[in-house]
Amino acid sequence: MSDHRFQPETLAIHAGQIPDAATGARALPIYQTTSFVFDSAEHAASLFNLQTFGNVYSRLSNPTVAALEERVAALEGGRAGLASASGMAAESMVLMTLLQQGDHVVAAGALYGGSVTLLAVNLARFGIETTFVDATRPEAFAAAMRPNTRVVFAESLGNPSLSLLDIEAVAEVAHAHGVPLVIDNTVPSPFLCNPIRFGADIVVHSATKYLGGHGTTLGGVMVEAGTFPWDNGKFPGMTDPSPGYHGVKFFETFGDFAFMMRARLENLRVHGAALSASSAWQILQGVETLPLRMERHCANALKVARFLQTHPAVSWVNYPGLPEHPQHALVCKQMRSLQGAPGGSGLLSFGVKGGLAAGVRFIEAAQFMSHLANIGDTRTLIIHPASTTHRQLAPDQQMAAGVKPDMVRMSVGLEHVDDILWDIDQALAKACA
Amino acid sequence: MHNDSQALRRILRDCRTLAVVGLSAEWHRPSHFAAKYMQQHGYRIIPVNPRYAVLADGSPGQILGERCYASLADIPHPVDMVDVFRRTEDVLPVAQQAIAVGARCLWQQLGVENAQADALARAAGLASVTNRCVKIEHARLFGGLNWVGVDTRVISASRPV
Repeated sequence: MSDHRFQPETLAIHAGQIPDAATGARALPIYQTTSFVFDSAEHAASLFNLQTFGNVYSRLSNPTVAALEERVAALEGGRAGLASASGMAAESMVLMTLLQQGDHVVAAGALYGGSVTLLAVNLARFGIETTFVDATRPEAFAAAMRPNTRVVFAESLGNPSLSLLDIEAVAEVAHAHGVPLVIDNTVPSPFLCNPIRFGADIVVHSATKYLGGHGTTLGGVMVEAGTFPWDNGKFPGMTDPSPGYHGVKFFETFGDFAFMMRARLENLRVHGAALSASSAWQILQGVETLPLRMERHCANALKVARFLQTHPAVSWVNYPGLPEHPQHALVCKQMRSLQGAPGGSGLLSFGVKGGLAAGVRFIEAAQFMSHLANIGDTRTLIIHPASTTHRQLAPDQQMAAGVKPDMVRMSVGLEHVDDILWDIDQALAKACA
Repeated sequence: MHNDSQALRRILRDCRTLAVVGLSAEWHRPSHFAAKYMQQHGYRIIPVNPRYAVLADGSPGQILGERCYASLADIPHPVDMVDVFRRTEDVLPVAQQAIAVGARCLWQQLGVENAQADALARAAGLASVTNRCVKIEHARLFGGLNWVGVDTRVISASRPV
């Protein structure tokens, strides 16, 4: 007999939180406290030695934040989660737990700009080298692997390239070399895609985006699958006595949530990018409606994409939910089916006829579509990546990231689709007048 | 194997005395962690490990304040659970002894999965758990593990008692 498996719509509301023991409160309390009392000196010693589970200080763990960690882990089908102050903090936390000087990373080329900078600039300063490859070709990952490679990093659905990674194929490459596959699953969210199902070992999210869903709160979460063999000889930090914890060996002691414990105790604790209790609470309010919101984001985005396809002022449209998308088969495999078709996410991109100048006029003529750098809000958001989010990349790097000079990226919101189409239409008319 | 949450709750509720076979006296070893945790949460721990059963001067050894025995058969009182921290291939004799001393549960720890021992125990009417840690399951089901972001799989509208 095994436990009942709950659906995402139920997990999104319940996972990680039961009524409060002290008060019976049904909704999650905000434990707005920095510190927690010890019951005795013995209790304190046990906590510091990791012999018992409990709360000490909110940089290490906090009950409100833990609810978010468990909820996202449950939605991803993973073993354990760890939250952080932002998506970039989550990424940094994962990579800095896995890597040390002299290690090598194989990463997808078409990554979010911040991820590129983390790998190519920040980590490079500490003697970690990264090779960027064409993410649409698993063989490119294989060709780039070296004896000192310790991580393969990619996005499930690229932003703004909107290319999918063949997660299963790349996971096989990573595992054949004894290294974990880390996937940034921010764009699909755990509702549309579960990379762990296809072999990913660690998943990271910018909870700022679709998880929180309302453009209010910065946050990040990482989830571990719990299935990676950390004792394969390549990760002494997981198997050797930890200098910070009197010789505790993380993998031996914590088994399938050992990576999360090490990331929490050796990285989060020391580098300090902790998520606040009130931020975690706000993000969780959004997570409760994640399935509902993603369904509407996808339905609206598909209608917008179809509208743009036939619009005289638009030269091209890219949306994973369109059957014409070059990776349609992979979209069908990896993305949840909504009413008989794969959910294509809330993101699409298109080219305005008249190039860069017309693109800028379009953005400035929009009435309620917001010009800002974010995705995954209830509001429709638009931006011109070449002149903003990807401005710091050279033209060839921009192309490698899937950014064309005339490209407008749209994060389709939850407004009535007729109104979204109205605003697009009137803004295009002004752009091409 | 009885690895579902309902069975595990029942076992951890009903088994109050745990014979920990393979318990180490070294405080940072996983067996010591688990035994100390269970002791702090109201369970009686009986160490079973020939290495610590007798001191150099011939007097009985102790771990965590309890007398350490060389084998299950040496324990002069009943035990509810036999909690095994041994290699998978060494579990069968322990299972046979557990049945002989009248234990109610055979619990094989993380990475310990002797299927023959599991089948033998169940056939003799014992509850049998494989590849689980008593500390982690206790913390998962009764509170503690939910504080470190592990997916406890607990979906409930009841306040914990």
